[in-house]
Amino acid sequence: MLELSGISAGYAGAQTLFDLSMRVEAGEAVAVIGANGAGKTTLLRVISGMLPARSGSMTMDGVSLRDSPPHRIVETGIAHVPESRRLFPRLSVESNLKMGAFIPAARARFRERLDYVYGLFPRLKERRSQLAGTMSGGEQQMCAIGRALMSGPKLVLLDEPSMGLAPVVVQQVFDLVRRIRQEGYTVLIVEQNVRQVLKVADRGYLIEVGRIRAGGTAAELLASDAVRDAYMGI
Amino acid sequence: MDCQLDIFFLEAILNGVLLAGLLALLALGLNLVFGVIDVVWICYAELVMIGMYAIFYAYTGGVPFPLAALLGILAVAATGALLHWVVIRPVLDQPPINQLLVTGGVLFFLQAVATMAFGIEFRSLGIRLGSTGFADMTFAWSRILAFVVALAGMLALWIFLSRTFLGTAIRAIAQDRQIMPLMGVDASRIYLVTSAVGGGLAGLGAVLMVLQYDIYPQIGLQFGPLIFMICVLGGLGSMAGGFVAAFLISQFIAVGGSCMATEWGYAVAFLFFMVAIFIRPQGLFGVRG
Amino acid sequence: MSRVALRPTRGIPPLAWSALGAAALLAVPILIRYGAPGSERYYLHILIQILIWSFIYTGWSLMGRFGLTSLGHGAFTGIGAYTTVLLWNVAGLSPWLGIPVGIGLATAAALLVAYPCFSLRITGHYFALMTLALTEFVRLCIVGWRDYTGGSLGTQPQRAPGGVSITALQFEPDRVLSYYIALALWALGLWMWLRVDRSMDRYALDAASQDEEAAASVGVDVTREKLKITGLSAAMCALGGAVYGQYQMYIGPDTIAGLGVSLNIVFGTIAGGLSVLLGPTVGAVFTQLLSEVLRVAVQGSGLTAQLGSAALALDTAIYGALLIFFIIYMPKGILGTILEARRRRRAGAP
Repeated sequence: MLELSGISAGYAGAQTLFDLSMRVEAGEAVAVIGANGAGKTTLLRVISGMLPARSGSMTMDGVSLRDSPPHRIVETGIAHVPESRRLFPRLSVESNLKMGAFIPAARARFRERLDYVYGLFPRLKERRSQLAGTMSGGEQQMCAIGRALMSGPKLVLLDEPSMGLAPVVVQQVFDLVRRIRQEGYTVLIVEQNVRQVLKVADRGYLIEVGRIRAGGTAAELLASDAVRDAYMGI
Repeated sequence: MDCQLDIFFLEAILNGVLLAGLLALLALGLNLVFGVIDVVWICYAELVMIGMYAIFYAYTGGVPFPLAALLGILAVAATGALLHWVVIRPVLDQPPINQLLVTGGVLFFLQAVATMAFGIEFRSLGIRLGSTGFADMTFAWSRILAFVVALAGMLALWIFLSRTFLGTAIRAIAQDRQIMPLMGVDASRIYLVTSAVGGGLAGLGAVLMVLQYDIYPQIGLQFGPLIFMICVLGGLGSMAGGFVAAFLISQFIAVGGSCMATEWGYAVAFLFFMVAIFIRPQGLFGVRG
Repeated sequence: MSRVALRPTRGIPPLAWSALGAAALLAVPILIRYGAPGSERYYLHILIQILIWSFIYTGWSLMGRFGLTSLGHGAFTGIGAYTTVLLWNVAGLSPWLGIPVGIGLATAAALLVAYPCFSLRITGHYFALMTLALTEFVRLCIVGWRDYTGGSLGTQPQRAPGGVSITALQFEPDRVLSYYIALALWALGLWMWLRVDRSMDRYALDAASQDEEAAASVGVDVTREKLKITGLSAAMCALGGAVYGQYQMYIGPDTIAGLGVSLNIVFGTIAGGLSVLLGPTVGAVFTQLLSEVLRVAVQGSGLTAQLGSAALALDTAIYGALLIFFIIYMPKGILGTILEARRRRRAGAP
């Protein structure tokens, strides 16, 4: 479904991704793990077009993403739930969901998508007219994921969904991730919470300083020395 | 000074309320543009002036007034979009103060072009709507009309912003512009639409003003600073705040103007503004930080 | 702390050049007398205007270069000019006393508005619009007080008998004297600029303009520093406004007080170059010459016959268009851009 090869990217003065190649097949949940500053968030930003790649190729269902302006990438079926959720705090929950359905294809089926998301997350329906910024962290994450689903995506990118949340709520968030997997979405998830994310994912990549250090099934990664030494702690 | 608590005092207050509708409408356009694009159009009042001339020439050229009014609104909306595309867009990455100053250049430019094209004479549409009386007080129909239409215009904008996808995007972009591409929103297009809507509101203001006031190239300097003051007092970007501030300020002008010379009403309003901002720097309804 | 970097001062000409320039400026009246005997008064008039406005622009740039964009300086020039003239006309007080009173009033007004602004951290757009309100307030007071000020038509200082008068500080009939007075004023402005540039306050303000909290954390009293520079800047503009009124022998709200004047000051300075010594001067030369050339060109062409007095607005239209152009393509101003290009060329040469 999504294929990256030889991607390099970075910010002014500093390169953060070096010659990175990876793929995500339809129906999979793929985890990207690594330390803080390894380039995980940059990777997602490159995929969704927020940060242009410097070199390499990137395709979604065989169509190159590097030629599209960032606001067109959503239309290829990629929805990005950004780090720390980034809801519109002074807009109601329903208006936030409405923004998720801004692209023409989703706009035409807005009611249908809205009913679908409310069916998936009934809590959001209860809170539909509340300002998004006044909800709890877990509810906000639910709203952010709901907003991403509004565009009718094939692939959902999740950036550190558990960050900044209380341990109990972290569990709920991973339940949300399981839930959208069951709905048939392909998921690419970035996490620091290695143990948890590898329980949800089929496969994973370990990134270190902008390069892929290891890759394999979730079980292989959990057993690998590189992951155990660096991230599992003892 | 000659001020008594009589029926004419009440008349002044009510006239102030009627004026407030118009000022609130004008402040709304400026606030919308500021809230979304983060730019203060110092030349906003000059856009209104351009609209007034457009309506004047269309009407005196034989176009019926309602159609001339529509043409005026469209002309200013187009001017607003053009202003954004030609002048604001190239400086979006510069310090905010340069964005404010560049529209100051537009102010000089529009005023001078209007002087050359339309002359320095005062011009008037010559439409007399007359007035109505109530218990010794008289109210011009043009002012009552302006009040009603201004309220209707604000209501229409509110519906647009809260119901449509484009309107929701305009509200959203003011809160978080970086993630707009993730929603599939082309921010530059939203900016352009917002500028056109802001211009359209200035155009509607022009329609209402042209029925009440004479037109001349410098007219913008008379009420432009007043509009900025209302926006800042209400809290830049806060539409509800601008509405309340318009009512406060117009009372100073109407009541002050009826007791003293017109300038003193304005002067007191500016004084009130400065004191109010020192008490509440973020404006009446503003959120800062 | 590490985020605050001192911006180096650039564009101060070496001593030899300065001496040469000073000599040339002192010799200007003689050169004009022999070079253009018929239009001596006209050329001197243009130079005097340039020098007075250069001084005012330099005064504005003192605070403008630290990110304090004031639209209130039209109020300060107005207060300086009107106080001086009104005290002379109404109370018979000599401008020698009237000017200090005007400067005092303008400084007081500046501090009164600036203190709450700075202590409440009103910056950027808000500061510009607050100071704009002050300008409007002063203009409205001038217009409203029309029995004394002549309202929107303006007024004139009463002429002292005998033309040039020391007590009345009226020197306009003698253009050469006026030129030297304006030159002295201009030199005073540059001296002030250099003093500020070499003072500790400048380092504090430079730091504060980049990161107020970092500056405060290393012991800079940010509010106090900003107030000092604001007071000085307002005082200079009041003095400039007063001298302008004494030279023109006419003051009106459009020429020396109000939003138009504020914007002209800001634009002139930015067109020349905000943070270089001679930037404001270059800006004044540019804006004054531009409007003069355009005025002459418009009057000389057939346009006035066709458009009447409306053609006079052509210079303002071109001026406005150029300002837009400058801010978009040359945000560092004429002199700032030239100096930077020169520096780059030098650095680029191996």
